[in-house]
Amino acid sequence: MRSIRAAAVGAVTLSLALAASACGGGTSTGGGSDDSSPRTLTYWASNQGASIEVDKKVLQPELDKFQKQSGVKVKLEVVPWSDLLNRILTATTSGQGPDVLNIGNTWSASLQATGALLPWDARNFAAVGGRNRFVDSALGSTGAPGKDPAAVPLYSMAYALYWNKKILADAGIAKPPATWDELVADGAKIRARGKQVLGAEGSNLSENIHHVFVFARQHGASFFTPDGRPDFANPGTVAAVQQYVGLMSKDKVIPQGNAEYAQNQSVSDFAKGRTAMLLWQSASANLTSQGMGGDAYGVAPVPVQSGTPGPGTQVDSMVAGINVAVFKNTHNLNGARRFVKFMTSDTEQKILNRAYSSIPPVRSAQQDPAFGAPADTVLRNTLATSSAALPQVADESQFETTVGTAVKELFADAAAGRAVTAASVKAALTKAQQQMPAT
Amino acid sequence: MSTGTPMTTTVPTGPGTGAPPAGAHTPGAARGPRRPGRIRRGALPYLLLLPALVLELLVHLVPMAIGVVMSFKQLTQLYIRDWGTAPWSGLGNYRMSVDFDAPVGQALLHSFLVTVVFTLLSVALCWLIGTAAAICMQDSFRGRGLLRALFLVPYALPVYAAVITWVFMFQHDNGLVNHVLHDQLHLTGRPTFWLIGDNSFVALLTVSVWKGWPFAFLIVMAGLQNIPGELYEAAALDGAGLWQQIRRITLPSLRPVNQVLVLVLFLWTFNDFNTPYVLFGRAAPEAADLISVHIYQASFVTWNFGAGSAMSVLLLLFLLVVTGGHLLLTSRGRRSADV
Repeated sequence: MRSIRAAAVGAVTLSLALAASACGGGTSTGGGSDDSSPRTLTYWASNQGASIEVDKKVLQPELDKFQKQSGVKVKLEVVPWSDLLNRILTATTSGQGPDVLNIGNTWSASLQATGALLPWDARNFAAVGGRNRFVDSALGSTGAPGKDPAAVPLYSMAYALYWNKKILADAGIAKPPATWDELVADGAKIRARGKQVLGAEGSNLSENIHHVFVFARQHGASFFTPDGRPDFANPGTVAAVQQYVGLMSKDKVIPQGNAEYAQNQSVSDFAKGRTAMLLWQSASANLTSQGMGGDAYGVAPVPVQSGTPGPGTQVDSMVAGINVAVFKNTHNLNGARRFVKFMTSDTEQKILNRAYSSIPPVRSAQQDPAFGAPADTVLRNTLATSSAALPQVADESQFETTVGTAVKELFADAAAGRAVTAASVKAALTKAQQQMPAT
Repeated sequence: MSTGTPMTTTVPTGPGTGAPPAGAHTPGAARGPRRPGRIRRGALPYLLLLPALVLELLVHLVPMAIGVVMSFKQLTQLYIRDWGTAPWSGLGNYRMSVDFDAPVGQALLHSFLVTVVFTLLSVALCWLIGTAAAICMQDSFRGRGLLRALFLVPYALPVYAAVITWVFMFQHDNGLVNHVLHDQLHLTGRPTFWLIGDNSFVALLTVSVWKGWPFAFLIVMAGLQNIPGELYEAAALDGAGLWQQIRRITLPSLRPVNQVLVLVLFLWTFNDFNTPYVLFGRAAPEAADLISVHIYQASFVTWNFGAGSAMSVLLLLFLLVVTGGHLLLTSRGRRSADV
């Protein structure tokens, strides 16, 4: 009898314990941040180096330095790009996330709309030395206009044309192409020597978006109306997408095989000397790690339709970059702000941007002679004079998915040998717009 | 409530309260020492089931219920931080999902049809290959154990590792498949794209069958062990050939096994997320746009979790109908067979 009673009591206790732990679990455990102690911070870094391991090697010594200065231990997790947005969304939904995190700067407005990130009002900016420390182009990609930024610029990058000196010389080309027509003409000479011309990542939705955004600018068009509504299939955007995909289907400068690239294979192709040119953002560190020395390639501005890069229709790059944000649910707000201040300090900006071959978005750090190499000068000039921020609208992330997918499908058409016409581009873009949430 | 069975006496100590209310039964308190014993004896089985029931609730039913609730909400990026504030949308998400004249509904229908065709083909091929292999392995021969183990390898491999290997093999420029088909055998005029465009359906089906048939093989092999050898001997004496033996003895005897096998394969294949996601990433080509990835994209990538939940609920209902129909049909068949 006693054992039966014990079993019954045990069963009831177990059930209650299960129910209680399930209900209470959300607030006491889980997530990455151990908020019980203000002596720790959890930091999600994006993958900036050639691999996650490289990032850990770059960041850990700096985090140790921060711990020495402030007594706050930072727990680092480097999150791969394929997971980062989902991880942030999950953290937003559950309220269990890191204290500080890196975000792609194009996501700023979308994540801002969720309310998960700490708004950088005047007071918060003051804690990191003021808004004026950062260059304007970088601040333009930190959230919707007219709202307090959702994040602070950390690394700035821009697209450039990386070209293989030997291949171009062998083909009798004296200088890298400055316009698309020149690039197509040079392409014929390069192909005649059996080399591939221009690398691209046809199945990478973000890469597709970055390029068609710039082409749209060069056609004087935009994917969003001035009041932020999707306008994907206007004549200018259709011409832009047709020109970009046409580099494969009509001009034959992008190899057909690149239509299925999505894992940075085009960078490896370039580093191995298979491809003559590559449009990439801040690729130097990546190329070095793949064994391509700095003297084997040159860096030039991305081509334009005619003339030279500049504002308006002469734009030749998006404002690429990484922002650092503070998760609103953090229990260590002061520590988080101190950490952001540390990461955006002149010293750290120089160290980190050197390691990642990016440009510091902090004015004073940008002036450092360390960023005066020819490649850096091209990137810095591009950022300062001929780059534009992707639309800072709440639907930006959906835009990347729907239009990025449309361009991927068009590349698949081109790879299969089907013609990419204005009509087929318009149909694909119209379909993409119809997938957008109705507002 | 009170029906006079011993069970009703469990009510005061039931799961809702956990302990007998102190003051409620003071009149009976005098007889206390005897009654609790009776209570516990009658209630014990239920109490012992309770932890399992609570776990089942927590692990399966509560998330499902939350999913259903979400499907009636307008749960977009503006509200995911605090679900409670998301406005109710009534049947709005469902209406959008099944409005086949509008783009979202059209895309869902297309994805559904692709999934149905894919699932039917995959299950049929898995079953066919699995059964054929199991029958071939029925008689013992040298190396049978080794072959059996080898056949089970795809089933034992971690999905991600296996499928990512297929991705490499299907690559256009350097993939093994094109190397064999194009470079070696010259079967195709030019290298084929397997991971984008229309051929992606073939690639997906290949990987799915490669991954799924060992399970059919395993189950059918187990089923074959239960068929008495005398049946075959008697049939052989009567002059039945191999094909007749398979048709008249093996397949009918395997019927109960096959009924379960086909249902399980169908549900697994229809819901498979890993294979298409690893093969194609978050934006699957139209020809291979399976419904699980489609719903994932509708919710995670466009950040509209309400619409994604509504589509999931519709999928759940469809699978319930299919499963129910299947069970109804097969159980009717069994009953008539028993008679």
